Amino acid sequence: MERYFQKEIETASRDEIESLQSRLLVKQVQHVWNDVPYYRRKMEDKGVTPDDIKGIEDLHKLPFVSKADLRESYPYGLLGKPLKDCVRIHSTSGTTGKRVMAFYTQHDLDLWSDCTARAIVAAGGTDEDVCQVSYGYGLFTGGAGLDGGSHKVGCLTIPTSSGNTQRQIMFIKDLNATILCCTPSYAAYLAESMKEMDMGPDDIPLKAGIFGAEAWSESMRRDIEKTMGIKAYDIYGLTELSGPGVSFECSAQTGMHINEDHFIAEIIDPDTGEVLPAGSEGELVFTSLDKEAFPLLRYRTRDICTLSYEKCSCGRTFVKMSKPRGRSDDMLIIRGVNVFPSQIETVLLNKGYPANYQIIVGRENSTDTLDVHVEMTPEMFTDNLGEIEERQKALVDGLKSMLGIKAKVTLVAPKSIVRSEGKAVRVIDNRKI
Amino acid sequence: MSIKQISVFLENKPGTLETMTQLLADNQIDMRAMSLAEAEGFGIVRFIVDDIYETLTVLKDADFICKMTNVVAVSIPDEPGGLNSVLGVFRKAGVNIDYMYAFLGGRNINHAYMIFKVADVETASDVLRKAGIRIVEQEEISAL
Repeated sequence: MERYFQKEIETASRDEIESLQSRLLVKQVQHVWNDVPYYRRKMEDKGVTPDDIKGIEDLHKLPFVSKADLRESYPYGLLGKPLKDCVRIHSTSGTTGKRVMAFYTQHDLDLWSDCTARAIVAAGGTDEDVCQVSYGYGLFTGGAGLDGGSHKVGCLTIPTSSGNTQRQIMFIKDLNATILCCTPSYAAYLAESMKEMDMGPDDIPLKAGIFGAEAWSESMRRDIEKTMGIKAYDIYGLTELSGPGVSFECSAQTGMHINEDHFIAEIIDPDTGEVLPAGSEGELVFTSLDKEAFPLLRYRTRDICTLSYEKCSCGRTFVKMSKPRGRSDDMLIIRGVNVFPSQIETVLLNKGYPANYQIIVGRENSTDTLDVHVEMTPEMFTDNLGEIEERQKALVDGLKSMLGIKAKVTLVAPKSIVRSEGKAVRVIDNRKI
Repeated sequence: MSIKQISVFLENKPGTLETMTQLLADNQIDMRAMSLAEAEGFGIVRFIVDDIYETLTVLKDADFICKMTNVVAVSIPDEPGGLNSVLGVFRKAGVNIDYMYAFLGGRNINHAYMIFKVADVETASDVLRKAGIRIVEQEEISAL
């Protein structure tokens, strides 16, 4: 028996969903037109007024919002409510530039918690469960997001935050945690540590994991599921849109249901901005429908994926998005396969390496070559040559399983990877095409 | 009953070993023995020096990745069968050698020094001593 947190909306008909979206969109456009001068200017530049937006069929008339807009308007430029009505701030890490600050009213926090609560219930969670939130708490949205949902479901919530692996495992064991929420790389790390402690799936009470906030592969999922004896569910979100819970996986594990009563998803051609037909692969664009403090219209996520409106075996009617394969602007095509630096980074982190790497793409005898340079660290170095070679091989295997193509791994001297303005140059493409 | 060896990670490309030896030369560090092991794309250089702590500091300051390992050093007469007798002692005691290297006797030209990396330095030293083989201490290496 499939359980839902909010059955009525989660299983509503397409017509019901779309008419709700249309109603909310008209309201949201009016809201930003009145309250956010930055949006009004953008709409005026495009010659659009709220009168042009009668429903979701008019969505394409609205201007896109990009990360650049968020940076330009930092920190208060896109604020949709007076600060006195806002109760919370979260922020991105700022690794790709200036931080993005997201603001929340109490209403925004509530709808966000509803979203993550749906994800927890879809993963089998009830008020009988003990939910360990091992996402970082703080400016990062992971901890707060799942924490909010866990409370709504009524789980006993253990806010361990991230880090201190031994203690994490101790809590899972001693407090009978049944649901674990963290990043997939941290889950893989916990699974690895369990093995080292000679613990098998029967030694811990976990039954489900909700893992997101970074790229991970199907093979990683199977590994974690096997080692921990759980079913692992993907969850997706962006700080800009609230945080994790924009979409979530159900028992079918064939894509993530987008919470369409709060967000409209579109797929566009990243080069032309043209909206693509259902089923096409392209850049994911989101419109938030009822967020007050930080409303976003047609926000370009740069994530590449597909949408599927096919009937899902779980009974939910929300559209499903495929696992994003990475950011549109740093995708590489190697031997015909799409490769994202974020995938390589995930493998390194999983194997306990720092994310100090450089990807060198070349071409030999008309075949693409992929060489991943990884900086040696004092922790990784040992006097035993064989041990280092084994670690090198484990990385090669990990990359093969994540990317689907073979990569060479070269261990290089510390600080040898070229950095420009403090940030490492991640990709060197030597192919002359 | 052991001496300290330094292992350094080196990329496998021209000039990396020289960069390191230049650093040691600039700091007046005297190498007593050295061996180089190679793998795909990288290598480990292992050596014995007169001043271990000075060397580690200098290397780390220059961003070299290095580790200190305990090894057993013995001094044997430089004559046919010298090494063979040491290996016989190890075989009888079931001591496995991970790797070894040798160097000739510095100012004492009649002797050769052998460096052994073994899992259990204490046991190896013990069986050597009981067999009457002369174990070399850190002070002697430093003073060579």
